[in-house]
Amino acid sequence: MAKEDTTRMGESFVAQAKKLLGEDKVLGSAPYPGEIHLETGKDELPLLAVKMCRDWGFCLIQLLAADERETRGGFMLYYTFAHDLEKFSVTVGCPVGADQPLFPSITPDVPAAHWYEREIRDLFGLEPQGHPDTRRLALHKDWPKRVYPLRRDFPLGTEVPRTGGQFSFKQVQGEGVMQIPVGPIHAGIIEPGHFRFSAVGENIINLEARLFYTHRGMEKLGEGRTPEQGLLLAERICGACSFSHAAAYCQAVEKLGGVKIPVRAEFIRTVALELERLYNHVGDVGNICAGIGFAFGTMHGARLKEDLLQLNEKVFGSRFLRGINTPGGVRRDLSTASQALLSKTLTSLSGDFRELTEILLSTESYLDRVQGTGVLKQQVAADLHAVGPAARAAGIDRDARRDYPHEAYDRVSFKVPVYHRGDVLARVRVRIDEVFESVEIIRQAIALMPEGKIKAAVGPLTPSGYAMGITESPRGENVHFVMGGPDGKVFRHMVRSASYCNWPVLPTTVPGSIVPDFPLINKSFELCYSCLDR
Amino acid sequence: MLRLFRKNWQTGIVTTSYPDRPDAAPPGFRGLPEWHRENCTSCGECSRQCPTGAIKLEQTGPLWSVDAKKCIFCGYCEEACAKGALALGNRYELAERAGGGETGRIFGRSVHIRHLDAGSCNGCDWEMVNLTGPVYDIQRLGFDFVASPRHADVLMVTGPVTRNLEIAAKKTFAATPAPKLVVAVGTCACSGGICGKSYASAGGVDNILPVDVYIPGCPPRPQALIDGLLKAVQRR
Repeated sequence: MAKEDTTRMGESFVAQAKKLLGEDKVLGSAPYPGEIHLETGKDELPLLAVKMCRDWGFCLIQLLAADERETRGGFMLYYTFAHDLEKFSVTVGCPVGADQPLFPSITPDVPAAHWYEREIRDLFGLEPQGHPDTRRLALHKDWPKRVYPLRRDFPLGTEVPRTGGQFSFKQVQGEGVMQIPVGPIHAGIIEPGHFRFSAVGENIINLEARLFYTHRGMEKLGEGRTPEQGLLLAERICGACSFSHAAAYCQAVEKLGGVKIPVRAEFIRTVALELERLYNHVGDVGNICAGIGFAFGTMHGARLKEDLLQLNEKVFGSRFLRGINTPGGVRRDLSTASQALLSKTLTSLSGDFRELTEILLSTESYLDRVQGTGVLKQQVAADLHAVGPAARAAGIDRDARRDYPHEAYDRVSFKVPVYHRGDVLARVRVRIDEVFESVEIIRQAIALMPEGKIKAAVGPLTPSGYAMGITESPRGENVHFVMGGPDGKVFRHMVRSASYCNWPVLPTTVPGSIVPDFPLINKSFELCYSCLDR
Repeated sequence: MLRLFRKNWQTGIVTTSYPDRPDAAPPGFRGLPEWHRENCTSCGECSRQCPTGAIKLEQTGPLWSVDAKKCIFCGYCEEACAKGALALGNRYELAERAGGGETGRIFGRSVHIRHLDAGSCNGCDWEMVNLTGPVYDIQRLGFDFVASPRHADVLMVTGPVTRNLEIAAKKTFAATPAPKLVVAVGTCACSGGICGKSYASAGGVDNILPVDVYIPGCPPRPQALIDGLLKAVQRR
C-alpha cells in the first residue's frame, strides 16, 4: 500500500477516534505502511474498542502488555485491531499505572479478548476488571501468588518454588454425567495438554482444555536479544510453523530497523511460506484419516509429506525450513537447480495428491465420519476471531496473505477458498484447495523472481518504537509484536500464533459429538500446543 | 476399493534402505559445524556468536570443539568466521550413549517406545511421527510406539522439560517398568538448547531423569533418530 494512502486513512481514522473520545484524549500516528498507532487512556479504551469491533468493521487480533516502568513509569497495554477490508491495522496503546495495576476488561463486549486478558493477569499481574473468568490461564496451579514472570524485575533464571493450589474445571451436574480426564501426556506422538470431558456415556456435553504445559518462556528469553538472536527463538517457537513465525518476526524487526528487504528475498520468503503450508496441509489431510482409522489415507499423506520435507531439505538445507530467514532478508538463495527441482517435484506432487483426495472424497466410510462432525458455527468463529483453514471452513473469508499483503503476495494471484458448513469435511476441503493454490503461488513466484541481492543491513531497533509482523501460517494468521529497547535490542516480543486464536474455538465444536470423534475433530483443527504456550 | 488397490500398487515400495545403506544428507544440509584448523586464527568470534555456548576455543588441548548436544545448527559460527575456518558439515548421526549398561541388549529386535513430550517445539515430535510412516517404517527394524508408558521399554523425551511438565515427566518415568532406557531427542532435550535453564525450563532432560542416549539435532532427521535408537539397543 502506498504511504500516502495509509497516511490519509490514518488521519481519517484518528479524526474519527478523536470525535468519539474527545480531541485531547487520543494521540495518533502512522509510522509504517498499513499500521496506525494510537494512544488513549484506559478509561476511554473500552468505548473505542467496542465501537471499532461493533460498528467500524474491526476485529481484535492481538492484545498484550509490556512492562515499561523503567522507560515510561508504568505498564502499557497494546490492543491491535485489524480491518479486513481496508487492509490496515490499528494498535492502541493504553497506559496502566504501576500503583494501580487494573484495567477494564473488554471481554464481555469483545469476546476475542478473553484469553489475552487472563494471560496478562497471570504474567504481568494486571487485573482485568470485570472479566468473567477469574481462573489462571498461562500459569499452572502450583505457581505462587503475586509472582509475575514477564515483569522486567523478574529475572529469567529465577527458581520459583511450587506451591499447592487447585484448578477447577467447569462442573456439569446431572444423572450419569462422568468426567473423563485425558492428558497431559497423550497416547500418540503428540504434544501435551489436558482435556476434561464431561460426558454421558459416549456423548460429550462439555469439553475444557487446560494448556500451557509447554510454556518455555520464549518471550522472556527474547528480551534484550539482538534481532539476529531473537530470530533463532522465533524459529523455534514451533516446529511446524517455524518459517511463518520467523518471517513475521523479521517483518516487525525490519520495520523497526528501518529497512526494506530486497525484492528477491520477498519472493524467496513467499516460496518458503508456501512450502511450509504445503507440507502441513498435505500431512494434515493424511493425518485426519488417522482420526478415523483409515490407514490408506494416513500412509499416502505421510508419504507425500515426506516428499515435501525432503524437498525442503534439498532446496533450503532444513526439513523444517530453519536457517533461511534473517532480519533484512534471507540467508539462502534459490539456485536455478533448486527452482527446477521445485517445479518438477510439485508437478508430480499435484497429480499424486489430486488422485489421493479424489479417492478420499469418494469413499463412503470416510465421508460418513467427516461430514457434519465438529461443526464450528460462523458466529462463534467471528466472535472469538478464529483464523486460518478453520475460519475459512466456517464461512469467514479471512486470509492474511490477501488482507495484509506481505512479502510478494501482492504480486502473485491466488484464490482464497471459503466453505460454509464448518465441519471436518469443510476444513479438509479448504486444505485440499489451498494445496493447489500454493503450488501455483510457488510457480508464479519462481517465474517473477528478479535477480539481485537477498539481504539488506538492519539498523538498531527504534528505541521504544514498536511494529507488527503478520504472516499467514498453515494454521492461519500469525501476529508478532516487537518493541525496541533503549539499547536498540528487543525489549518486548509477543507472539500471537494462529493456534492462540483457534484453541478457545475448538472446545465449542465438540459438545454433541461422541468421545471417539474428538481425535478427529482435534486433528482437523491441527493446532500447535507450543505455538500457544510459548 | 479397486482404486485404493490400484493407488497402492502404482505407488510401489517407498521405504528407505537406511540403515543398511548410508543415506547422505543433501548438499547444503545444516549439519554439525566442522573446523578447518589451517584457516583458524583463534579469534574466538565463532564462540562469541554461538547462541547456546556449544563452541569452545581452548589455548591447549583440542583447541576448537563443538558440543553436538548444545548445537542448534543455526550456522551463525560459519557466518562469523571471516577466514572460512568453519562450515556447517553434513554429519547428522550424532547420537551418543551415556549410560544404560547392557540394558539395551535385552530388548534386541522387540523394542517398545513411548514418546514423552516435555515441552518441545514439536519439530522433534513430527520427526518421530515420520518414523512410523511408510518411508522410515521403524517397525521393520523391530521398534514400535506404544500408547502407555506401562508398555514401554524406551522413553523418547523431547523438549527441555518445562516446569509445567516436570511432574508429568517424572510420573511417566515411574510408570515405565524396568529395565528401561531414556533417550533424549533433540537439542532442547539434550542440553536445554535455545531454551536453556529458566523459570520455565529445567534446561535438559538429564536435570530431571537419568538419560541413557542423547540424539542431538534441531530437530534430528528421521535417519538420525533411527541411528540413535539402534545405538540405544546396542545394535550399532
